[in-house]
Amino acid sequence: MIRLEKRPQPSRAFAYLTPVLAVLATFVFGGILFAALGKDPVQSILTIFWEPLFGEFAFFYRPQLLIKGAPLVLIAIGLSLGFKAGIWNIGAEGQYIMGALCGAGFGLAFYPAESALIFPGMVLAGAFGGWLWAMIPALLKVRFGTNEILVSLMLVYVAEQFLASMSLGLLKNPEGFGFPGSRNLQQYQSAHNAELIAGSGMHWGVVAALIAVIFAYVLLARHRLGFAVRVTGDAPRAARFAGVNPSRLILFCLGTSGLLAGLAGLFEVAGPAGQVSIDFNVGYGFTAIIVAFLGRLHPVGIVLAGLLMALTYIGGDIAQSQLGLPAAAIQVFQGMLLFFLLALDLFTNYRLRIGRVETA
Amino acid sequence: MTPLLSLSGLTKAYPGVIANDDVSLQIAAGEVHALLGENGAGKSTLVKMIYGLVKPDQGEMQMHGAPFAPAEPRAARAAGVGMVFQHFSLFDALTVAENIALGMENAPKLRDLSEQIRQVSDTYGLPLAPNRVVGDLSAGERQRVEIIRCLLQDPKLLIMDEPTSVLTPQEVQILFETLRKLSADGTAILYISHKLEEIRALCDTATILRLGRVVGTCVPRDTTARDMAEMMVGKVLATPTRAGVEPGEIVLALNKLSLPSPSAFGMPLREISLELRRGEILGIGGVAGNGQDELLAALSGETPAPVGMVQFQGADIATLGPNARRKQGLLAAPEERLGHAAAPDMSLTENAMLTGAVRERLDRGGFLNWPAARGFAERIISAFDVRTPGPANAARSLSGGNLQKFVIGREVLQRPEVLVVNQPTWGVDASAAAAIRQALLDLATGGAAVIVISQDLDELMEIADRFAALNEGRLSAPQPTKGLSVEQIGLMMGGAHGMEVAHV
Amino acid sequence: MDLGAINPILLIAALMSAATPILLAATGELVVERSGVLNLGVEGMMIVGAICGFAIAVETGSPMIGFVAAAVGGAALSLLFALLTQVALANQVASGLALTLFGLGLSALLGQSYVGVKPPRMGDVDFGLLADIPVLGPILFSHDPVLYIGVLLVAAVWATLKLTRLGLILRAVGENHDAAHALGYKVVRIRTLAIMFGGALAGMGGAYISLIRVPQWTEGMTAGVGWIALALVVFASWKPWRVLLGAYLFGGITQLQLNLQGAGVAIPVEYLAMSPYIITIVVLVILSADRSAAPGSLGRTFHASN
Repeated sequence: MIRLEKRPQPSRAFAYLTPVLAVLATFVFGGILFAALGKDPVQSILTIFWEPLFGEFAFFYRPQLLIKGAPLVLIAIGLSLGFKAGIWNIGAEGQYIMGALCGAGFGLAFYPAESALIFPGMVLAGAFGGWLWAMIPALLKVRFGTNEILVSLMLVYVAEQFLASMSLGLLKNPEGFGFPGSRNLQQYQSAHNAELIAGSGMHWGVVAALIAVIFAYVLLARHRLGFAVRVTGDAPRAARFAGVNPSRLILFCLGTSGLLAGLAGLFEVAGPAGQVSIDFNVGYGFTAIIVAFLGRLHPVGIVLAGLLMALTYIGGDIAQSQLGLPAAAIQVFQGMLLFFLLALDLFTNYRLRIGRVETA
Repeated sequence: MTPLLSLSGLTKAYPGVIANDDVSLQIAAGEVHALLGENGAGKSTLVKMIYGLVKPDQGEMQMHGAPFAPAEPRAARAAGVGMVFQHFSLFDALTVAENIALGMENAPKLRDLSEQIRQVSDTYGLPLAPNRVVGDLSAGERQRVEIIRCLLQDPKLLIMDEPTSVLTPQEVQILFETLRKLSADGTAILYISHKLEEIRALCDTATILRLGRVVGTCVPRDTTARDMAEMMVGKVLATPTRAGVEPGEIVLALNKLSLPSPSAFGMPLREISLELRRGEILGIGGVAGNGQDELLAALSGETPAPVGMVQFQGADIATLGPNARRKQGLLAAPEERLGHAAAPDMSLTENAMLTGAVRERLDRGGFLNWPAARGFAERIISAFDVRTPGPANAARSLSGGNLQKFVIGREVLQRPEVLVVNQPTWGVDASAAAAIRQALLDLATGGAAVIVISQDLDELMEIADRFAALNEGRLSAPQPTKGLSVEQIGLMMGGAHGMEVAHV
Repeated sequence: MDLGAINPILLIAALMSAATPILLAATGELVVERSGVLNLGVEGMMIVGAICGFAIAVETGSPMIGFVAAAVGGAALSLLFALLTQVALANQVASGLALTLFGLGLSALLGQSYVGVKPPRMGDVDFGLLADIPVLGPILFSHDPVLYIGVLLVAAVWATLKLTRLGLILRAVGENHDAAHALGYKVVRIRTLAIMFGGALAGMGGAYISLIRVPQWTEGMTAGVGWIALALVVFASWKPWRVLLGAYLFGGITQLQLNLQGAGVAIPVEYLAMSPYIITIVVLVILSADRSAAPGSLGRTFHASN
């Protein structure tokens, strides 16, 4: 009979190994899924994971990796701080939308004036929008003990309605022949988050993501605040005993993740997306949850996980157009990855013993 | 006559330890049999095997001469084995009757059961109201729930695991009366304890365990406590010593400290006043759940108090948080080692940082000096003989005694002006307990003041200069420990809790 | 704007129908949480139930078989959650989120060929003359059977928790799993069954949306109802009758804002559409002061150590 035994301390080897095993297991079961959909599993997986990087049109897809990866990493870094401390912001999608709305709104308010100050102002406004939206669950949790999971999630639906209202109303392009959606920021020089090096996919959002990664790494490894985050996640009472103020930590974690999600939204709306529209948000805020876990809530891991998830988006698009693989299959594939990760994580803290039966 | 229960050659091994090694013993009907041993001697494992929670690797058990191998507690209960756990297996949000029903195989309707509970509680002098919510009961009353739960099953063997650790001396007397009555009615009792005087007062036979083996049996009434202690520990321990010190000036003063209860089943603090002088050790006794945790939190700064209620070296620190208090020299070590005093999954280095950041200057403008924290952890490990491969190991990998030495050592090495500890030697083996007590005494000798909150009265009598007791969140006036009688202590602790119900 | 177009009797009858998906899902989740498990995957189980029920109802032509399939689908998905949290001892919050993300993807995949299809209609229960009683007739006696099943389930869950030994054991496991284990109860088995019950009810709740409320299949059509159901359990302080009350309250708000949209009130549609979510937040804030009713072991991982 097999039974579980708690390890005296978490296994480092398994902490690194688990994500790799989870990816492999997802390949196998994802392959089975693709086969069940009548597609060649090997070809499907190669199309998703090989084509964008080394295929014939890799020069076109590789920059996409940065464009799709940057918002995921930016959001996931923020989420990971909270997740480490047991503070669950799952409304990043809403904060992402609000960041985009505030940032774009700021820029469009100056249209058609040109100034070098407009874009920096938009960045601040975007960060503020995301931060503000995250402060709602944060303050309610601190003041009333309201569950932040439910509040932040509800606010996603509110933000989505708000987005619809804005793209049909206040921010609608006056010269857009009545179509919903704002002016295209790509055509508004001062507000455009353009590529820094043409054809590289490198835009300000990528730079911001890299800064966020370094910031988070230093914070967690070297700073008192990062230590407070880690202790709170392991033992909230011990954290309190060590002088951590739980309310301030909640405000910090939710605020930071909201701010970063808002930035991600702003860089997206001013760059790759170009305009505020009803279907502006494509689920980065939710996928970032998978990225955060897959990256083991570690800044470096999140970069790798973010790139991998970006790859599934890009590869998924290719597979959709070349093989007719439904977009939803990629969503299932991503969900599966998180499942396997959580399941295999068992072995970080427990080991299997083959032995006699214990009454369980 | 065949014994009621006979164990022969029971062996149970866990990775790294042999919990029980070839243990044999016999219990006759109506016998009160003591199982004596230190923490970690294997008493709990042995009774878990009898109760069906753990299966032996080798050996066999017989009940009335027939093979007995309960696969689960249900089977053990059906065979007439009842067990009162040390950590109660009770459900706070449920009523007494519901709790009792859960421990029975064929529980009658709740109304009938309540009637039965009243009958049994009258017969054995264990007053208990069936429809009260368990979370509101005192520790002694909670124990009664467990005992009545067992008695309703009409057990032939009742296992009691360290039953007196949560009782006042008066409540202990009531419990003993009940147990004697049961024994006279033919129920055998397996009584687990490390308190020698209790065993001499109550038990007919004693089996002594050390490191998982039976090291002797005796008739407690005819054996001196000292002889039993030697069998139990294996060597005579040095009693802690201290040089007499005249108390110095007042360093900590509580002025009618009152705080609301932190949670539904917590305890409010009610007008606690005391003055603590340099060089003295104040022992605070009391039954668990009477405000010990809350008092420690109020002193450590985890729960700030209204202005004026806590004075430290003449200054008001009532509203300050833990780190501000640490900076001034008021340190604390809470009861719960894993999860409160230490973060389980974090390394000893990180746990050294946990409370040492301020006084050991491990924190420079928010940035943490990890090499220095590691050095601090290493100093604790060597000064307090903490057995671990090194400071990179997780706190949860340490045994209870070793982690406790680390936790106490971490505070002692920060040279406190006042140190507050809660249950410093709970669940710790004898040699570690002696080392911890000696460290506290040395601290006081060096001019610091120490508050020891403990449920172990022997410990408090041994090391404290003055004694006070917590009862329902109130603190009795401190008395010098010298010349204090057991009756006086018992009354300070609140006498027998909840006995008034008996006279309804 | 024409508020006169809103008929109060029809509004009440409709709110009962609008409340049923939330009611079913929240009743299931209540049982799960009373056993000490927090399953945040309600939204995922609902949407999978919605497509399973829809697909099977379309294929068989029987809405009732559709509902059975929805229950099976929801329970099957919840079994994944049980595997993660009860066997692999994974964090319940993370596992619940995973379940929702996975369920949304899976339902979209399963539902591809059902977009735009009309499902078979479920008839109302025939109460004969009772339905003709003025006012009470349309409110109480003119609904589909699943609506009544939902109310009966609340009563059944209440009675089971309050009056039976099974209910007592379930509450005990949720209150203190270590103590329950020490008394010899099978914590993992009991919780797994509770999780599957919750999954089945969430699935039925989802199918109620796709088969009766809307009725058609669109991706992500549960639109946060699963999350509102989770909030409702907190709102109800883990008490079944309060779930019923809360569900009707939310049903009322949903229905009212739909009617106001229809009546062409001067408030933009988007603001009306966000109102149920905002009200959920407001209610959560008002009621989060009282946490004492929460099961003691809620959300904690159980591992039987020696």
